[in-house]
Amino acid sequence: MTALSTVDRPAGDDTIAARGPVRRLSSWLHRHRGARLAGLLSAPLLWLLVAYLGSLAVLFVSALWTVNSFTGDLVRQPTFANFRTILTEEVYRTVTLRSLGVAAAVTVIDVLIALPMAFFMAKVASPRSRRLLVIAILTPLWASYLVKAYAWRVMLANDGPVDWLFGGAGNGPGYGLLATVLVLSYLWLPYMILPIYAGLERLPDSLLEASADLGARGGRTVRSVVLPMIVPSVIAGSIFTFSLSLGDYITVQIVGGKTQLIGNLVYANIGAANNLPFSAALATIPVLIMVGYLVAVRRSGALEEL
Amino acid sequence: MRTTRVFTAVAAAGLLALTGCGDGGGATGGSGPGGIKPPKIDKLASLGAGEGQVNIVAWAGYVENGSTDPKVDWVTGFEKETGCKVNVKVAGTSDEMVTLMKTGDYDVVSASGDASLRLIYGGEVAPVNTDLVANYKDVFDGLKLKQWNSVDGVAYGIPHGRGANVLMYRTDKVTPAPTSWSAVFDPNSPYKGKVTAYDSPIYLADAALYLMKHQPELGIKNPYALDDKQFAAAVDLLKKQNELIGEYWSDYTKEVQAFKSGNSVVGTAWQVIVNLAKADGAPVEAVLPSEGATGWSDTWMISAKAKHPNCGYLWMNHIIDPAANGAVAEWFGEAPANKLACDKTADKNHCTTFHAADEAYFDQVWFWSTPVEQCLDGRTDVKCKDYAAWTQAWTTIKG
Repeated sequence: MTALSTVDRPAGDDTIAARGPVRRLSSWLHRHRGARLAGLLSAPLLWLLVAYLGSLAVLFVSALWTVNSFTGDLVRQPTFANFRTILTEEVYRTVTLRSLGVAAAVTVIDVLIALPMAFFMAKVASPRSRRLLVIAILTPLWASYLVKAYAWRVMLANDGPVDWLFGGAGNGPGYGLLATVLVLSYLWLPYMILPIYAGLERLPDSLLEASADLGARGGRTVRSVVLPMIVPSVIAGSIFTFSLSLGDYITVQIVGGKTQLIGNLVYANIGAANNLPFSAALATIPVLIMVGYLVAVRRSGALEEL
Repeated sequence: MRTTRVFTAVAAAGLLALTGCGDGGGATGGSGPGGIKPPKIDKLASLGAGEGQVNIVAWAGYVENGSTDPKVDWVTGFEKETGCKVNVKVAGTSDEMVTLMKTGDYDVVSASGDASLRLIYGGEVAPVNTDLVANYKDVFDGLKLKQWNSVDGVAYGIPHGRGANVLMYRTDKVTPAPTSWSAVFDPNSPYKGKVTAYDSPIYLADAALYLMKHQPELGIKNPYALDDKQFAAAVDLLKKQNELIGEYWSDYTKEVQAFKSGNSVVGTAWQVIVNLAKADGAPVEAVLPSEGATGWSDTWMISAKAKHPNCGYLWMNHIIDPAANGAVAEWFGEAPANKLACDKTADKNHCTTFHAADEAYFDQVWFWSTPVEQCLDGRTDVKCKDYAAWTQAWTTIKG
């Protein structure tokens, strides 16, 4: 980014070096607007194309390969066998639906918790405690994901703290699907609170007052004024919670008992079975689901809230 | 760089599609499954100076430097003596080992029978020059040049030791003490929701072994050679078992914790896990059930792409040195490979307890091996399910 630094150089800096090639380049760039733009954008665009879209393309291409079942070597012969297996075997349908269910449940739970929380932060709390609350919500994000997940494994263990809450060993949810939803909801909650909080902060207090002046009670104000205005924020938050839950495989391994989600199948096929092509084929499922989801929410204006 | 590689890969894919040839077909007349031959790789001719370090893929408990238990250490001495710093990567399953060896970042691996042949035929490991491993001469003859560690009389590894997968249970929760695998397979098990099983497709063999003894009409002769009907029965048994399972394990630390907290009370384990759980204060014991068990016979193999071959050879010689081999055998709970190791164990009865020289005993233990289409039990009239089928079935079983 030599171009940038030269442009930023103070005008009075008349050193000998500045009169040299750097200054000449700078004035050339000043005259050629197109070259300037290309110089600025080519690096990030290249990154986007190669690292991001490129890896997606490799994913799709390798999904068409297969693996020699004995030696584990790649067989680079395009075939739809992997996709056929995924579509015909019932287990992959079950796991996909289960993953969707978990992602949806986590999103709903997070919305239900985040709405009152964010409303309190944005509209009720004093400016001082508001700042403290934002810090309190951000703090868990500083701790490692694994530490939090393993902490939940201990809490949910047989005769652990969660069991005590329910009155004795074995009464709590234990490890399983419920525990997975619980822990994922905990992990992704900040990603839901923050966009909703930002949306509510932009909501003028005068609207709430006007609603009250016109005789609306609290519930009516929330339904008719607050909710319609923050729907885009909720959807923005849901993109985070939904996509993060859909791809998760670590939490479910730690507290999920014998539960399998799409992420586990992808991981098992890479880490254990060494079947990279099949993993790639499986990994296209969440990609397709997320593309569908994003297309559906595009119109709501939620993407501008991100 | 990356673009070039991607482009090459795409181009290669197109080219292969055009010529219609893959890696799958190929030469016939070899001794491997489907007539394939292991790629020609030269063994190390002579030993040079150590390279300063060695990267090892191993089972938990095979490479201990005292950090787990200060008394359990056969690495520090080796590092001092040879100047080879030992970097170890613990793998939970054989599949993981094969995957790790394919990266080419590791020099040595402790491969079980369900990984060794895949490594040999995949060209991941080189033949071993046993003349360069001084302790090889003291290895039990029953372990030398076996079907899982050699091809056509060429040794591909140094035997490490062998043992059986045991049934571990909580002594305070499981009464009476189990004597049969039915503790984990019986649909009416009182321990529903607290049973654990090994999270790998190879666990299908445990179900097959159980059926071999309890449903003789299926005619299973070898739990790694299952035709369609036998395979379906084993899968069915495991699907029913899934109802009993609390969680599957492949990470041994998770199993230790689950048994300690009581989330799991009965299930398959390795002796080293039993030892660790006991050391952690969990009231557990282990038995070898009446049906016999699946087990392992492990082999130290050297990577064909080893960056530190000399240190690799020094390690392979060290790990079957009587003292080190005895120590690892005692810690992991298995029979050592070196005859002289039996005199070096702290418990003088160790070799008797683990049947080190008892070939008749090991005839009852079904060592992990890779299921292939050509039935391992010698049947030629049927096709057996290969490991890919086992892997896919395992996903279905877990649901």
